[in-house]
Amino acid sequence: MRRYFGRKLLVYGLTFFVAVTVNWLIPRFMPGDPVQSMLSRANVSQPAAVEAMRLHYTSMFGFDQPLWRQYLNFWGALLRGDLGISIWLFPTPVTDVIVRAVPYTLGLLVPAILLSWVAGNRFGAFAARRRWLDNSVLPLGYVLTATPYMWLAILLAWALGIVAGIFPVAGAYSFAMRPELSWAFAGSLLQHWFLPFASLFLVAFGGWAIGMRNMIIYELEADYVTYLRSLGAPGRLVRRYAFRNAILPQITGLALQLGVLVAGALVTEIVFSYPGLGHLILQAVQNQDFFLLQGTFLFIVLGVLVANFVVDVAYVLVDPRTRAGMGGAA
Amino acid sequence: MRDRPRFLIPLLAAGLLTACSGGGTTTPSQASNPGGAAAPPGAGGGAFPRSQTLYTSGTQWGPPANWNPLREWDFATGTKGLVYETLFMYDPNTDKFTPWLAESGDWTGGKEYTLKLRPGVTWSDGQPFTADDVVFTFELGKMETVPYHPLWSWLKSVEKVDDLTVRFTFSKTNYQEWANHLYSRAIVPAHIWQGRTEDEVMNGANEKPIGTGPYVYQSHDQDRMVWVKRDGWWATKALGKDVKPKYIVDIVNSSNEVAMGMLLQKGLDLSGNFLPGIPNLVKGNFGIKTYYDQPPYMLPANTTWLLLNTTKKPMDDVNFRRAVAAAVDTKKIVEGVYGNLVKAAGPTGLLPQWDKYVDQSVVAQYGFTHDVAKAKKLLADAGYKDTNGDGLVESPTGARISLKLVVPAGWTDWMEAARVISASAKEAGIDVQADFPDYNALVDDRNAGKFDMVLNNDRQLSNTPWMYYDYVFRMPVQKLQTVTNFGRYENKQAWDLTQQLDQVKPDDIEGMRKITSQLQKIQLQDLPVIPLWYNGLWSQTTDSVWKNWPTSAAGTPKYPPTLWRNWLEMGGTLMLTELQPVSGG
Repeated sequence: MRRYFGRKLLVYGLTFFVAVTVNWLIPRFMPGDPVQSMLSRANVSQPAAVEAMRLHYTSMFGFDQPLWRQYLNFWGALLRGDLGISIWLFPTPVTDVIVRAVPYTLGLLVPAILLSWVAGNRFGAFAARRRWLDNSVLPLGYVLTATPYMWLAILLAWALGIVAGIFPVAGAYSFAMRPELSWAFAGSLLQHWFLPFASLFLVAFGGWAIGMRNMIIYELEADYVTYLRSLGAPGRLVRRYAFRNAILPQITGLALQLGVLVAGALVTEIVFSYPGLGHLILQAVQNQDFFLLQGTFLFIVLGVLVANFVVDVAYVLVDPRTRAGMGGAA
Repeated sequence: MRDRPRFLIPLLAAGLLTACSGGGTTTPSQASNPGGAAAPPGAGGGAFPRSQTLYTSGTQWGPPANWNPLREWDFATGTKGLVYETLFMYDPNTDKFTPWLAESGDWTGGKEYTLKLRPGVTWSDGQPFTADDVVFTFELGKMETVPYHPLWSWLKSVEKVDDLTVRFTFSKTNYQEWANHLYSRAIVPAHIWQGRTEDEVMNGANEKPIGTGPYVYQSHDQDRMVWVKRDGWWATKALGKDVKPKYIVDIVNSSNEVAMGMLLQKGLDLSGNFLPGIPNLVKGNFGIKTYYDQPPYMLPANTTWLLLNTTKKPMDDVNFRRAVAAAVDTKKIVEGVYGNLVKAAGPTGLLPQWDKYVDQSVVAQYGFTHDVAKAKKLLADAGYKDTNGDGLVESPTGARISLKLVVPAGWTDWMEAARVISASAKEAGIDVQADFPDYNALVDDRNAGKFDMVLNNDRQLSNTPWMYYDYVFRMPVQKLQTVTNFGRYENKQAWDLTQQLDQVKPDDIEGMRKITSQLQKIQLQDLPVIPLWYNGLWSQTTDSVWKNWPTSAAGTPKYPPTLWRNWLEMGGTLMLTELQPVSGG
């Protein structure tokens, strides 16, 4: 067991190093100069003033140093927990920007992904055994999954937000409120959270349900099921075994899903103007905010690695074969 | 063991959920009312009453990050205007200066300007506003990274004469530019800013802004900036002006579509977003208004130019440039791309507010219009012929001409316009391809002069056409052209005239016209830039909570309806004083 996790940790460590290095490299190979684009937005009318500011900010962000130096500085700062200062949201430290945005993104994505996974699997397993349900509701699942997410989100915002006026279309809580511990504020948070959540949930739900339904049908035709049935085992028991076998690929799917988690949030947060990591990324790219990009990607890399690790652990728990396979080592 | 994983996941979800909502409530509360002057008792429940709150958008595209009035490009909406004020106000539509923190200002000698300050103005921390603050603010410009540092190349000294009098001594009298400084520079409190290093001055977030203006900081979060009205704003007593909204909540938009949705839901009172379909909403019964109720709907704010790189062949040939100017079908852009939301520019490109500086006789003689036949004739006369029979001309030496017009990717209206320009150039036989690089890459290439053609609208409306000609003619051309003369056009005579224009007093309209007429002649003959259309001061208002918005209709205010950065001193603040609540208070 120890060797299994030791090896895993080593792989994760390497992945982290490579991913962070790539994150550092990519923005620097993008055409353009972040300081220059910041100043061209500044619209200062005097060329002389612009030149002085350009020199100042270039040396302030350390862009005047050789690349290898910048790279070493970057790791040095990173190990001290310093992600630098955002160019776009100058002079806010990147850590602050991310810390403020992360709760919203996680609050949106984690429930959406986990709930859709749980509900989708349950529903898929259930639907596999009901022909009428299989024929009527699953096509709907196909439609939901095949729907371009953007379109569904805009449709929801338009129908429930603008036409029906039930839900707000922007912000994380009412623009007339200040954060506080009260039912009214919690209600407002929930109200603003619902539409983006629902849009993510719906799209993911269809996918999980279809996957589970197919797996269950496959498992119910497997040899062990026939054997169990011939032994006279009750249907409930058979289904439970089938479900536990069918869930394995779904867990892998969940791990992958957690990987693209933030990418999914990007569109959601833009459509619903929800203040999370997603729209920070878009803005960081557009503004060539190297430091914010590095910070958000670092966060994503960490998130993906942690999620994968959790799934690795979960696999050991749910699949006895994994345990048996490393029994000797443990 | 068997059932553990099933419990595990919902538990994990629940745990994370509570962690998140906990985080969501605690994080923003760090931003609690350091403004100090006026705690909001009305907001006891944490809510801003709708009838006392003005909701705005369209300025802030990211979380508010600083309240530093010297950072004129990224301070939180309203930092200059609502908190920090300027010496004068300038109304571009009437071309009038209104004394604001200053009571009066005059040239008292050949190179001496004396400013009388308004008595009874106080900072929001209770300290009186005095000559020390003005002297301090202008002396900040001695720091190299302060954007108005170049002022000190022709300003010799700033002295306090007494508590309410300041004397400026110049080495060179750039009257036009000085008038611009008078209404553009936000005055900061010396007693608070004193002792700040250059780094703190330019790069400080200035979290507790203390100004003389009508509002103070209330709170902010990632998606909003909230200002609350301050008691004892000087203008109420001195000028009888009062801002009506108790709270101003400026909303950070992630997209114009979201702003449109909020506007329709009446969640916004004033939207400064570019909303392409707005003419339909104005005509329909949606309760949304713009400054004009017919084309172009908006007040003009800046000119979009087609800039040609005059250092490259064949754009270095004036006849070629004139052919391009005649080929571009601006009408198609105005109608087809914008649905008449913008106005076609005159040949000089001077905004309508500057009409009095346009010499119509020069325009009549040298101006250009869309005329494909003329474009073809100009090309033929200058030796551009189609030698290989592909319908597109080659240069007189027989070299193939294939040009690129670059526009930032994602700027959808400009991308469409670039396609129209490309199509209309083709009609005249010029091969111009629209190309959409990333904005940052475009800025790099444009500054370094590595482009053929580019669209640009960087220079905004201001008090003086000098700013406009400074943009068109500035010399010398540097290795990097960062803000002016991207086309790298060199004409010493034009630059001399531009500098002369700066030396004419703003009230000497005739003297200015004499110079602008000559500049227009050079500009129209040589066409270093091709003006295309006037962009609007995008602004949409709703009447559900606040009324008396500025419009072109009789009996309404005429100030620019906007909270855009650097527009509050051009009337945005005065617009707030004219607003009236629809009901109650």
